[in-house]
Amino acid sequence: MNEIKRHTLAVLVDNEAGVLSRVARLFSGKGYNIDSLAVGTTHDPAVSRITIEVSADEKQARLICSQLRKLICVHSVKRLDPERAIRRELVLIKVAAASHGIRNEIIQIANIFRASIIDVSTGSLTIALIGDDSKAAAIQNLLGEFGILELVRTGTVALERGRYTIDEQTKEKGEFDYGKNVL
Amino acid sequence: MQMTGARILMECLLEQGVDTVFGYPGGTIIHVYDALLDYPGIRHILTTHEQGACHAADGYARATGKVGVCFATSGPGATNLVTGIATAYVDSSPLVCITCNVELPLLGKDSFQEVDITGVTMPITKCNYLVRDVNDLADTVREAFAIARSGRPGPVLIDIPKNVTSDMCEYAPLDRGEHGLSGRLGRLMKRSSQDFKAPEPDYRDIYILMDMIRESRRPLLICGGGVVRARADAELEAFANRVDAPVGITVMGAGGFRGLNKLSTGLVGMHGSQASNMAVDACDLLIAVGCRFSDRVALNPANFARNARVVQIDIDRSEINKNVETAHHIVGDARRVLEILNGKLEQLDHSEWKNYVFSFKTETEYDGADDRLTPSQVLDAIARIVPRDAIFATDVGQHQMWAIQHLHFEYSGQLVTSGGYGTMGFGLGAAIGAQIGNPDKVVLHITGDGSFRMNAGELATVAYYGLPIITVLFNNGALGMVRQWQTLTCGGRHSQTTLDRGPDFVKLAEAYGVPGRRVAHVNELEAALRRALAEGRGMVIDCAIATDEMVRPMVNGGGNITEFVVN
Repeated sequence: MNEIKRHTLAVLVDNEAGVLSRVARLFSGKGYNIDSLAVGTTHDPAVSRITIEVSADEKQARLICSQLRKLICVHSVKRLDPERAIRRELVLIKVAAASHGIRNEIIQIANIFRASIIDVSTGSLTIALIGDDSKAAAIQNLLGEFGILELVRTGTVALERGRYTIDEQTKEKGEFDYGKNVL
Repeated sequence: MQMTGARILMECLLEQGVDTVFGYPGGTIIHVYDALLDYPGIRHILTTHEQGACHAADGYARATGKVGVCFATSGPGATNLVTGIATAYVDSSPLVCITCNVELPLLGKDSFQEVDITGVTMPITKCNYLVRDVNDLADTVREAFAIARSGRPGPVLIDIPKNVTSDMCEYAPLDRGEHGLSGRLGRLMKRSSQDFKAPEPDYRDIYILMDMIRESRRPLLICGGGVVRARADAELEAFANRVDAPVGITVMGAGGFRGLNKLSTGLVGMHGSQASNMAVDACDLLIAVGCRFSDRVALNPANFARNARVVQIDIDRSEINKNVETAHHIVGDARRVLEILNGKLEQLDHSEWKNYVFSFKTETEYDGADDRLTPSQVLDAIARIVPRDAIFATDVGQHQMWAIQHLHFEYSGQLVTSGGYGTMGFGLGAAIGAQIGNPDKVVLHITGDGSFRMNAGELATVAYYGLPIITVLFNNGALGMVRQWQTLTCGGRHSQTTLDRGPDFVKLAEAYGVPGRRVAHVNELEAALRRALAEGRGMVIDCAIATDEMVRPMVNGGGNITEFVVN
């Protein structure tokens, strides 16, 4: 129960100014550190989806979710079970490649990781890699010896496997039991 | 009809049934104040300071149950609201604060009196808005009011750039009942935002609780602020009588359970009575209604109610299990849940348990160390003389705790106090709001010398509007509560808590045009109170209290609830 784990939260929000800061400040205000954050619009242009990774114990994770649901700009929140979710991240790495030999070596490593070379110059190579944390860490480790000039990560995005979605119709019971309107 | 933004704002306030606004004008809100002149149906109360306006709107909301509204200009006007907004947020009081900002083209350029007030108030509002287009104004105001009063109530802020208040657009009146059918609010209502709706309690949860109640030998109820917000007094009293259980009351819950009911054990927590705190420790079932187990109630969450199964009834799902782990919970409006329970539960009897609980004291007795007034003498005199339905607004500190311990509140909304945020200087503004909202009731402002000095300028508002607010000042020449802590936890080293520097409160009151009296004995106090009531005008009564008088009993923060450091 008190074990600190990494939780992946999917949050649907209004695609409006200020929404990201409302969501992000909830974490800082409660003293939690966001490990990774990715935002983009969804198939509905009025709705954005935020994927947040946060290290917390079970109780804290529940608390964060219920606090997020209180925000007016938040449509729905779902914790994604790591066993039943696909998580991906795009990493761009610029590596120093002084000579032809080194360049070939880097390309070989990239091929093993199914990463693609997206830019080449006389002194450097830029690699794009899609994967999860462990894959990114592994390639980073290998490329380290050549000299990483720059590295950027998009933050993890995640979807549930199978037909389940974040939409309330398919959410687990108890999460959308909001009762009737009183206004 | 084509209208300016300022007029649309007025129309929207009328749609909501708003007839009173508290505020302070300024450069950017000038068009709104201009439009106000054409709307005699909206009474504006001009305070001395924006903080006073915000506290007044809050006091109005707490005492009437309606949404309080306040106006302020940009920059310092807006930031002066911040303490008031935070006070309302922590105590779940419905407010709509309207601020104006610099014109859109000047926004973000560090213009004169510009501040990002939506950014500043993000953590202390349920929601806030920057209205960039006059076409969105009516919809935004409708949404803001709906959010402020729905679910767990709270403050909402609308920031309107000056040019939006003078821009014109089409305004179509819309009945309040139809606000949720279209526009932004309509879309929001269709969505699954739980905070926006009062959850209908799950019947299975109700049956589980009923079984727990029947199994219990030593049940205890806690009446929290949710009871007061839901005005569930009658339902809670019926429930307590049915379960035959003692009821402990939190600071925010005071008024939610009739203080003179023989089941009341008085305040619970840090300054809780012996009966309340012993009952918490010994009970086998603790049902908390609208209570969030703050650190002033559940001082040490790990062993709070250590022999009990804890059940939480709360409208806000995010409060469940937040501070104290519960065995069971029901998410719903206190009144609705209790109503259902009362309809199903048979009469129970727990005489033996009640005998145990009420063998402990429910109130503290104070003996005067010298011939000065004691807190209980002052409060007993008040209770004898003022009408039983009088409203009490307090500041924060010793006088607040004494008042809540000794006055037996009769109904929800009778006590207006800053419980969660502990805002010194809250009381006078709040009393003004409570009096404006209840012109036929007697309003007392209970304060201390430390708190009163903070916002005493609102006496000008009391005098100007001829408000018959009676301020009873517990004057101990010290920042009493902090001094008490210093006595108990800092080895008696009193640092910066001696207020030996005036002012002369009687002269101060009279300078503002409010009569002042200094009293040293009960008979003088009674005479002053009778006189104030007879004349029907405000008065400041300065009561000299012993400097070292403490609030008793007391349990240290984080301590076990029965470990009283003073009795």
